[in-house]
Amino acid sequence: MKSVLATLALTTALTMPGLAMARPVTLTTTLNSYGGDGAYLALYVTDASGAYAGSLWMAGGKSKYYKHLTDWHRATAGDAAQVNGITGASVGAGRTLEITLDLADALFDAGYTLHIDAAVEDMRDSPNEVAVPLTTQGAGTPVRGRRYVARFTYDM
Amino acid sequence: MIRAIHRWPGLLALALVTVLSLSGAALSVFPAADRLTAQQVEAGLNMATLATRIQIAYPGVEQIRRAASGQITAYWFDQGAPGAAVIDPATGLGVASADPNPVEHWLTNLHRSLFLGDGGRIAMAAGAAAMVFVSLTGAALVARRTGGWRRWFAPLRGPLSHRLHVEIARIAVAGLLLSSITGLWMTASTFGLLPEADSTPAFPADVSGQTNVDLFDMPTLVSTSVTDLRDLSFPYPGDASDVFTLTTDRGTGHIDQGTGALLTWADLNGLERVSETIYMLHTGQGAAALGLALGLMVLGVPVIGGTGVLIWLAGRRGRPRIRGNQRAAQADTILLVASEGGSTWGFAATLHAALTQAGQKVHTAPMSAFAPGSYAHAARIIVLAATYGNGDAPASAKGFLDRLKALDGETLAPLAVLGFGDRSFPAYCAFAETIAATAEAQGWRALLPLDTIDRQSPQDFARWGRTLGQALGIDLDLVYHPIRPTAETLTLVSRRDYGAEVQAPTAILRFALPRASLWHRLTGAGFARFNAGDLIGILPEGSPLPRLYSLASARRDGFVEIVVKKHPGGLCSGQLNALKPGDTMSAFLRRNPGFQPGRGHAPLILIGAGTGIGPLAGFVRANARQRPIHLFFGMRHPDSDFFYSDELPTWQREGRLAQLVTAVSRGARPNYVQEALRGDAAEVARLILDGARVMVCGGRDMAAGVADALTEILAPTGLTPAVLKAEGRYVEDVY
Repeated sequence: MKSVLATLALTTALTMPGLAMARPVTLTTTLNSYGGDGAYLALYVTDASGAYAGSLWMAGGKSKYYKHLTDWHRATAGDAAQVNGITGASVGAGRTLEITLDLADALFDAGYTLHIDAAVEDMRDSPNEVAVPLTTQGAGTPVRGRRYVARFTYDM
Repeated sequence: MIRAIHRWPGLLALALVTVLSLSGAALSVFPAADRLTAQQVEAGLNMATLATRIQIAYPGVEQIRRAASGQITAYWFDQGAPGAAVIDPATGLGVASADPNPVEHWLTNLHRSLFLGDGGRIAMAAGAAAMVFVSLTGAALVARRTGGWRRWFAPLRGPLSHRLHVEIARIAVAGLLLSSITGLWMTASTFGLLPEADSTPAFPADVSGQTNVDLFDMPTLVSTSVTDLRDLSFPYPGDASDVFTLTTDRGTGHIDQGTGALLTWADLNGLERVSETIYMLHTGQGAAALGLALGLMVLGVPVIGGTGVLIWLAGRRGRPRIRGNQRAAQADTILLVASEGGSTWGFAATLHAALTQAGQKVHTAPMSAFAPGSYAHAARIIVLAATYGNGDAPASAKGFLDRLKALDGETLAPLAVLGFGDRSFPAYCAFAETIAATAEAQGWRALLPLDTIDRQSPQDFARWGRTLGQALGIDLDLVYHPIRPTAETLTLVSRRDYGAEVQAPTAILRFALPRASLWHRLTGAGFARFNAGDLIGILPEGSPLPRLYSLASARRDGFVEIVVKKHPGGLCSGQLNALKPGDTMSAFLRRNPGFQPGRGHAPLILIGAGTGIGPLAGFVRANARQRPIHLFFGMRHPDSDFFYSDELPTWQREGRLAQLVTAVSRGARPNYVQEALRGDAAEVARLILDGARVMVCGGRDMAAGVADALTEILAPTGLTPAVLKAEGRYVEDVY
């Protein structure tokens, strides 16, 4: 269980001038029992055109393994500075990662998509494990990941 | 010093290193098993063919991986559900589950982190570092023990635990070093302490935007052999901007999914190759045979550790505990002990306790630990020195005289030397005398004149204690209780009697081998290990002082044999000569490493008279390798005291004895053994020039006569008995 409060305005491009309004959003990611070591998870947002907009959280402390989060790595060119200050421990099989962030209002209902890339040692890399559009309507609706994520929700 | 820095990290890290090695050995099996079960790849199969086969079987294929073992695994999505299987490359169909082996996974986590995450990783890395350190110091000790790096595999002697410890270690040490150093590298890499070696090319900026080109239209895939594959990732279905990513033994590249063109490529860089080689060396993945060999080597670690603990324990039991031993730098009294059999340590413990009670700060150490530089507060230095053999330094005084001679006028606290010996020996307290003389020559001030203790006499010791007390201005009352060695009971099996006719009743006494406990066998203590030439201490009824006899048999012979002449009025020899089969005596074993024939095939010249034949006969009996042995044996009369007269012809026939020369001192032409030597002077000189080793056993007069005779015999060659002694080629066991 991980509960943090981070202000994205400090670190990423997700706040632009005029997007001063923000609200706390809780992201809950529960992994299934895939029978491996702790998973690295990258949570990040792309805009309506599919372009990388910014990172929300990185679960996993050793940057040498970030290349296995292939989509995130591709989008950021592996720039570990993108997750400075928003990095935590990797998440064990069957465990839940819960983070609370202040997200700009403008991210919702504007075509932005939240992605999770996952990677586990000696197991299949899973880019785009979860891809869920950020909408006020979709809040609280659980989404299933492709391989490792049993359930993902964002609550406002 | 090396021994101490070898011992403590070894003992401390033992548990950790045992877990590391056992889990590592178990893990070493998996790459070999994978290798055996991996599906064979047909010669020349290229990636385009294999990928097409798999794509037909699993249209949603996302990734194809080839492990170092050759096992090929495919991952795919089928109607939103992920799937994976080990693939038969001939068909592209799955043949086995791709799930990681849970046992291997469990072992891997135990091996690298004790299931404790990063903290566990650091602990295990500390274990590996200890392994490196203990391996290096241990290797230095082995080299020192065998006499140099070139003699690394020289045969060993000693208690079973010592031999096991070194035998296993000197084979396993290469594997242990390789495994622990590569393991440390991998931990350092995990923690990002090494330069990053990632040569993955940047994702291509421009792609064609088209999709669905045939895999055979990708020249890179067609030209890549399956055996070079590491990983092939397919583009996302429906993402035209994505590409194929191919990783091979040589590097990584991106392939356009619309044109089949190779968009980017980067070769593995040097650092990556080093990293991969280290990974392969450590895990055995890609080098299964090496992995198994390393696994076997590290299996030796628990045995090495266990025997190491035994060696340490046995060493601690060998001497009495010194209570309240101060550090050298703080002590005002430095007590240095040179002891061969260990009895002098008993005196040291008594002196230490008495001085401590009188308010002194005492540091007691073996003489080999003499370190004048560290005696910052010493007001006096007291040396208790036993003598080994003919005035030589005991093993625990190794290097002392050299360091003393190297002092070069340094001022040291005043010195008191106390010698321990037996007045019936010619070299009575000779080592103590050498120390006192050398110290005087070096200008080292004496606290007390040299004094001696005869045959462990508590009275002598108490008297010396009073003198020391006067010099220090304290009341010093030294009450020494002799420590009786733990004796075992020997039962007489048979006896052969000689010499009654020449007024020298003598018996060859054969005792049954006492049962050796497992502990004794492992540590080589007591009668668990002995050779002819070692000594047996017999404790007679009515005297606390043991009498030493030379053994005429080895453990291997299955009995304990001594030759005992009855001395008129002799307490011990009288009791021994009165023994009947079935009677018992208390006895203990004392090693005599200085009087052993040693290994090698150089000729042996054995010279003995009377009961001195005992150990020499034992050497001949043990000479199954037919080393040329020339035995010169002096007796009174062949009809009366020709000991071993039954066996000697047999041994000669079997090649155990090359030549027997007897000298008879009573009869028509009286002749002593030294005369027999002179009679054979040319041959004796030739043998010695050929590297022969001379061993003399018997009475003091006989030994002196032999030395004179050899001096004459060797005069033309320029050699002397003294030179031979210095080379260790002339040894005596004299009584």
